[in-house]
Amino acid sequence: MTDYTADRPITRKPDFSDAHLRKRYRAEARFKIYGIAAIVTALGMLAFLLGSIIMTGSSAFTQTEIALDVTLDPAEIDPDGTRDPAVLAKGNYRKIVRDAMRSQFPEVSGRRDLRKLYKLVSTGSDFTLRQIVEADPSVIGTTQTIWFKSSADIDQLNKGAISRDVPEGDRRVNDAQIGWFDALSQDERTRRSFNTTFFTSGDSREPEQAGVWGAVVGTMLTLFVTLILSFPIGVMSAVYLEEFAPKNRWTDLIEVNINNLAAVPSIVFGLLGLAVFLNFFGLPRSAPLVGGLVLALMTLPTVIIAGRAALQSVPPSIREAALGVGASPLQTVSHHVLPLAMPGILTGTIIGMARALGETAPLLMIGMVAFIVDIPRGFTDAATVLPVQVFLWADAPERAFVERTSAAIMVLLAFLILMNLAAVLLRRKFERRW
Amino acid sequence: MNTLILIILLLGITAFAYRYGRRKALSSVDGSVANLHSLPSYHGAYVALWCGLPALIVVALWLILQTDLVERMVLSGISDGISGMTKGQISLLLSDIRNLATGDITSRAPSPMVLAAAERYVELQRLGFTLMTAAAVILTSGGLYFGLKAIQPSLRARPQVERIVRGLLLIASVIAVLTTIGIILSLMFESIRFFAQVNPLEFLFGLTWSPQTALRADQVGGSGAFGAVPVFAGTLLITVIAMIVAVPIGLMAAIYMAEYASPTTRALVKPALEILAGIPTVVYGFFAALTIGPLFRGAGEAVGLSVASESALAAGLVMGVMIIPFVSSLSDDVINAVPQSLRDGSYALGATKSETIRQVILPASLHGIVGAILLAVSRAIGETMIVVMAAGLSANLTANPLEAVTTVTVQIVTLLVGDQEFDSAKTLAAFALGLVLFLVTLALNIVALRVVRKYREEYD
Amino acid sequence: MAEAFHVENTSQPDEESVTEMSEAVETGTPDTAYAPAPAKVKADNVDVFYAEKQALFDVSLDVPENQVTALIGPSGCGKSTFLRCINRMNDTIPICRVTGDITIDDQDIYDPTIDVVQLRARVGMVFQKPNPFPKSIYENVAYGPRIHGMAQGKADIDDLVESSLQRAGLWNEVKDRLSESGTSLSGGQQQRLCIARAIAVNPDVILMDEPCSALDPIATARIEELMDELRQNYTIMIVTHSMQQAARVSQRTAFFHLGYLVESGATETIFTNPEDERTQDYITGRFG
Repeated sequence: MTDYTADRPITRKPDFSDAHLRKRYRAEARFKIYGIAAIVTALGMLAFLLGSIIMTGSSAFTQTEIALDVTLDPAEIDPDGTRDPAVLAKGNYRKIVRDAMRSQFPEVSGRRDLRKLYKLVSTGSDFTLRQIVEADPSVIGTTQTIWFKSSADIDQLNKGAISRDVPEGDRRVNDAQIGWFDALSQDERTRRSFNTTFFTSGDSREPEQAGVWGAVVGTMLTLFVTLILSFPIGVMSAVYLEEFAPKNRWTDLIEVNINNLAAVPSIVFGLLGLAVFLNFFGLPRSAPLVGGLVLALMTLPTVIIAGRAALQSVPPSIREAALGVGASPLQTVSHHVLPLAMPGILTGTIIGMARALGETAPLLMIGMVAFIVDIPRGFTDAATVLPVQVFLWADAPERAFVERTSAAIMVLLAFLILMNLAAVLLRRKFERRW
Repeated sequence: MNTLILIILLLGITAFAYRYGRRKALSSVDGSVANLHSLPSYHGAYVALWCGLPALIVVALWLILQTDLVERMVLSGISDGISGMTKGQISLLLSDIRNLATGDITSRAPSPMVLAAAERYVELQRLGFTLMTAAAVILTSGGLYFGLKAIQPSLRARPQVERIVRGLLLIASVIAVLTTIGIILSLMFESIRFFAQVNPLEFLFGLTWSPQTALRADQVGGSGAFGAVPVFAGTLLITVIAMIVAVPIGLMAAIYMAEYASPTTRALVKPALEILAGIPTVVYGFFAALTIGPLFRGAGEAVGLSVASESALAAGLVMGVMIIPFVSSLSDDVINAVPQSLRDGSYALGATKSETIRQVILPASLHGIVGAILLAVSRAIGETMIVVMAAGLSANLTANPLEAVTTVTVQIVTLLVGDQEFDSAKTLAAFALGLVLFLVTLALNIVALRVVRKYREEYD
Repeated sequence: MAEAFHVENTSQPDEESVTEMSEAVETGTPDTAYAPAPAKVKADNVDVFYAEKQALFDVSLDVPENQVTALIGPSGCGKSTFLRCINRMNDTIPICRVTGDITIDDQDIYDPTIDVVQLRARVGMVFQKPNPFPKSIYENVAYGPRIHGMAQGKADIDDLVESSLQRAGLWNEVKDRLSESGTSLSGGQQQRLCIARAIAVNPDVILMDEPCSALDPIATARIEELMDELRQNYTIMIVTHSMQQAARVSQRTAFFHLGYLVESGATETIFTNPEDERTQDYITGRFG
């Protein structure tokens, strides 16, 4: 009854010769090597990236300082002895600092050389001195040893970024300045201390006075707006789409729409923000409010998708049990389903926030690319965010900004690591396996 | 009193309304809850919603529209003084008025007209605020009064509250749709204005990209050429380079992790690769500009090639590294979805692992892998920061990866970041480019999802 | 099933059922039913562990050449586990550990110098759920010969494919559509395709793990016929849930229970006159 012809034996046997088998096993080994090579390459690039950032950035956490003996001549600061703050604020601190420098190197003369001498310390030294006097007016009339920040070029020299071997014409610091600095070092008047300015001040044209605090505050304000907009709206959308929406073409359309929105390039959201929020609604440029709005729209699909996945993972038996005791659909969701899905929703939200934290392009579109010195105080003040600060500093020509850019990146990565850790811990702690 | 305080007050009144409504409901049945149709908390919520929601909506609307309205009214008030001014001058004037009104410094000493306008601005703002507060108060108290009056044991509070809440949920889900509509409308609107100034065919097929528009009628170098082909070509070149890096590495990494790696290796390597995806692109851009670009240029010099410091190769390489996790994690999912029975069938025939992977598993998961690659391409095309920092600014129609090229996203950024009038062809060109970008990535995503869905149907 | 073999409170099956089973047994060629044959596959004191849990206890079994040996027993008793030891498919499960001796043609297959790839070409396997590759019918059958370098040139492969499909009894049904996907066939055809695929590499032993459990009765019947023809050239081991199938197709039967090989012997003996009481109970449907 079958088609089989018994008298046609299959005579061929598999080739188990050494040659053939060795060829196959060599192919197997090669394949495995390709796989390992791929992984090593990818992780190697990661290490290269992080390594180069850390290497260039770690020196930014210290700042060279120079000690000067400063005579706080009352004639320059407070001639009438009133100690009136308005008067103190207008004192000629620059002269005092310059006098201190001259007294340190009395042999230097001539305007050109003196100008070079004055460049050893930061231009912000006047303000530092003023702050000291305003804090404690009793120092007027005394001579104090005060540590001032050195200028960025001297700082780089001290950190070895400016090589002494390069011919003088190619260097930013000339031989005389190097000589003075070495003399100061021998006198133990130089030191490298922790760069608190980096963490406490806003942006500045001078590298040694520049810090990330303004950007950090701007980031926190922006992310706050993003969170309070995207979280409620996202969760409400997810709840509606998952629990209440009828299964028809409209909800299908909404779902397709959300999936596509999640994959739209971020710069398009920036264009949307520019056209609608800035031009149509007239909201202030560069404000955390607008930045938060744009990022919220960008994060919304992520929160919705994570929320729906979390809601879907709650077994239907829970819903049926709640309905069975007479809870309304809304009560079922809010009392039973949502609390169980909340860890998943929170994890997805944190991950969405982490992504929003690193976004730059859409914020460039809405104007957060200006040079902002003041620390923003409200949601409508002009501000910048950390990744944009990195972008701005990356363009700056001074060497000192290179190390600060890397340091700002390290701060940014630290925030990201914290947020992702929080998400992972949250997931580990609350994940249930149904 | 400012807006924040007003909103806090409103919220406070709403909270009070909730508590009072609850108490009233309870007292209307002398404490026996069973006689109420709904729980007291729903009665409270009923009053709170009627009290707070209309007022909050009015406040929100007012806030959004107020600035625009006030500006329009101020401008119409001084319409004689500003006739003949260009749009740029008017907006400068406006910002002066604004700054003056808020007590900030202005760009120059204010003229009497500007001073008067600023005073009017402040007046109108105050008026608007008062009106808004009045409206809010009326709505709140009205809601409170009528809400409390409606409380009685037979009030079907819960269904009403739930209906309102469901309405809110529905509105929330529509916001995502509104976003898409907003994107499409804004892009199209500005692009249409662009195409009124520049021929669309020239835009799509022209070979010269030099977007300058004259600021003055007699300015030299003001002729603009808006042929976007070199820009598209630049995007394509960098994307291709990125894919050449990302696809082999990502795919082989995924295969190794899915088929060969021990569970501990997998547990260590998979998160490590995810880190690559989590690093902000501005960091990649900095790395490309600072380290990789000069590295390639130096290496090129050493072998006698001339490599631009902003070469497409450098930017493409770094972008490829960024995209590796996209390819690898999507492919990993796809490969793991191939049923074990196929692998068993192949092993039972005496095939080695690599033979099984190459001849059974990869062909079986091909659709899914193609979908993953398409999604990665879409991501590469839309990437901005890496190319802004590491790729060039001038359009260059070439296939040589050692030269500098520019991309669509770079052009969008450079055209819009800077002080530009909003109407010039230069800034509108950015929107036209944005429209093309949006449509292309949308098409890629739709095709990718369809391909992946077709694959899933085969195995479900 | 209970109706056919139900026995009332005695250990002796009644006349009717004995005749039925004898008839079932005799569809095989009479002279090979009882003649002692050289043991192709020998298992001695085989234990199998899944991590800490032991799945097989001290199994020893001789499988004669060119005969069909059936492994029967209730669910979870270890028959499939034992079958998978013969071609070392258990190696793909990391937590599985096998001890004891299994030899094929007196060669220890768990010897470290043995190449598993070679072993699996000599011992073919057909699975419970047909698993053709998502390739064409032609490519499905040609896969094995290709990787094992069995053919030079297309004509050779064409030849191999045709003869394998003929032996599997599928050729006439698919000869005009060899380029169609293997998954487009019906369930029974797919299983025969899988058999053809296994035959194409010319194994000595064919293992079948409940090959018909996913198929309808007509397809099952065809495959059972096929088994009878195939055993002229191959040694066949089949795991089956259905006792009637075992009675129909096999010459030797081994009964497994809770990881132990309770009894093995000629099929007729097992079904008509088993030695062990557990075997008797299973045959008569007391449990299963």
